[in-house]
Amino acid sequence: MYTQAMDTLREEGGDKPALRTAEEAQLQQRFDNRIDAGEFIEAKDWMPENYRKTLLRQISQHAHSEIVGMLPEGNWITRAPTLKRKAILLAKVQDEGGHGLYLYAAAETLGTSRDQMLDALHSGKAKYSSIFNYPTLTWADVGAIGWLVDGAAIMNQVPICRCSFAPYARAMVRICREESFHQRQGYDSLLVMMKEGTEAQRAMVQEAVNRWWWPCLMMFGPPDDQSPNSVQGMRWGIKRVSNDTLRQKFVDAAMQQAEVLGVTFPDPDLRWNEATGHWDYGAIDWSEFWRVVGGEGPCNRERLAARVRAWEEGEWVREAALAHARKFDLKEAA
Amino acid sequence: MSTENEWPLWEVFVRTKAGLDHKHCGSLHAADPKMALQMARDVYTRRQEGSSVWVVRSDQIVASDPSDKDMLFDPAEDKVYRHPTFYKLPDSVDHM
Amino acid sequence: MISSIKIPAAPELSYLLRLADTCLISGQRLGEWCGHGPILEEDIALSNMALDLIGQSRALLTLAGQRSGESFDEDQLAFLRDEIDYRNPTLAELPRGDFAFTILRNLVLSTWLKLMWERLRDSSDAELAAIAGKALKEARYHQQHAADWAVRLGDGTDESHRRCEAALAQVWLYIPELFEDDAVDAAATAAGLGPAWSQLQEPWLAEIGEVLGEAKLAVPPAPTFRSSGKRGLHSEHMGYLLAEMQYLQRAYPGGAW
Ligand SMILES: [Fe+2]
Ligand SMILES: [Fe+2]
Repeated sequence: MYTQAMDTLREEGGDKPALRTAEEAQLQQRFDNRIDAGEFIEAKDWMPENYRKTLLRQISQHAHSEIVGMLPEGNWITRAPTLKRKAILLAKVQDEGGHGLYLYAAAETLGTSRDQMLDALHSGKAKYSSIFNYPTLTWADVGAIGWLVDGAAIMNQVPICRCSFAPYARAMVRICREESFHQRQGYDSLLVMMKEGTEAQRAMVQEAVNRWWWPCLMMFGPPDDQSPNSVQGMRWGIKRVSNDTLRQKFVDAAMQQAEVLGVTFPDPDLRWNEATGHWDYGAIDWSEFWRVVGGEGPCNRERLAARVRAWEEGEWVREAALAHARKFDLKEAA
Repeated sequence: MSTENEWPLWEVFVRTKAGLDHKHCGSLHAADPKMALQMARDVYTRRQEGSSVWVVRSDQIVASDPSDKDMLFDPAEDKVYRHPTFYKLPDSVDHM
Repeated sequence: MISSIKIPAAPELSYLLRLADTCLISGQRLGEWCGHGPILEEDIALSNMALDLIGQSRALLTLAGQRSGESFDEDQLAFLRDEIDYRNPTLAELPRGDFAFTILRNLVLSTWLKLMWERLRDSSDAELAAIAGKALKEARYHQQHAADWAVRLGDGTDESHRRCEAALAQVWLYIPELFEDDAVDAAATAAGLGPAWSQLQEPWLAEIGEVLGEAKLAVPPAPTFRSSGKRGLHSEHMGYLLAEMQYLQRAYPGGAW
């Protein structure tokens, strides 16, 4: 999912073009013109180093978020309450793996291998969306994640379908097509519990929504006035709508959906603003956000450890497949 | 970190239904051709998107150089006579 | 806490449940890989197979419910039986182990299921025959996938070969149960419902032998141990599997999901 983490990093070297030659200056000019004309940039086209680096960072973080994001919901696959829900959840979590795969492939076109990106994840150098450092404590968390987390992700992701870097844009088109099922299944699961379930189930849903609400608002990243990279990101089309605008859009949509569902959000300051035509919401605790981004969330260690374990336990498998393929190649050649 | 132990990259082309072209839809890593085909099926046709799949090692693809784009593709620009709409025929036969 | 449903002791129902639970419990175990596979592509492949197996179990449990005379639905059957009323052969419930174990178990079970589905297409029960027709395509793919991997791992590195040997030795202990007949098989063949399990043994051995040969793995000696999951007497692992699987249905009586 989710592009939030990108905004949390300070700019590396800014956009100051460290151009050395007239030829490079000309290439840069041509690149800028193409960007301004709304053209797509393909992987093999000339691009400024800063563009390449920024995209690589954003796409790989996005990919990491998808695969780390498999873990909190994956927790519940073995415990899903019905076979239908089990199948839906398994398909949903599997989709997220697919999203990670599409995104790694898009990032690989920039000249970095997937293994290198995974190495950065496993060594703690690369970030992923901090929403996945929160625990899934009840079954209702699965529904709440689909509804709110995937809902927030969709709002973040849809604008990137028109991003200037074509491989990223193509991956996002594919991903967005699959995402709407994710949000709908989550909402549907909560709706059944709220409308047809027991008192205990309704309490479980409300409690889950209470826990996920604020972290979801944080998914859109820091407020616009504290968000680095934005101007550059807007120009390059890797960020098309500001954090606060997306967040507001999310709150407005969620309020209406919550009413249908019959749940409330844990914010006493939520009220309709006649003048703006939007819902006003209370102050977000950004200290919590920075704490979780910085590694002190409830599950940071577990999430990373689970990824590292899977990778290390898979090493002999990957080696064996390669060794077998090489034997076969030798036989073919002989 | 060394990447020589990374499984090679494959490009995946899917024909969505009989009669259509195979269309590039993405890539994946696989150790051998059989695995690449199976994984292409598992990764790229989960929603009944496919009726036929091709995979080809990415390093086997020969691509045109983007800096040759002008040389390779612009010359076609003035060959409008290759397009059927270039020919204005009498209305009575214009469904040709 | 919801109390368990009671399963009528009809041999034809047991026949259906043995098959349904083989799919259900295998799917449950395979689903554990989601998010933890050796590489992303394989993670997705394993989930696809788990989804197929869960789908097959849903169709079979629904059918078993209709044939039980008690109008149980798929979820009552999947989540509200006592352990002794689950009828999968023990092999299906063993922990997922390492990737070699998962592959060899998949090879054994998918080959078995493929042969079973082939025969069930001629079942006297038209609905069962229809389920078999669809499931057969899926099982063929599962078998292919497992066989290809078994060859890669068996004939890969020293470590992968060693792991395969260890996994095969463990899997092999549970093989006899897949081919021994009892009153359930007798009733099923008499009614034309499906084959006695023993009828699958010969083609199964031939197909497995071919794969193991290519994988440079020796067929282990026949064990004297007899597992008995299909008669409801499971391994110690089954209780934990069910505790996890049944948790929500048991903890929220009267819930809607
Ligand atoms: Fe996703
Ligand atoms: Fe999603």
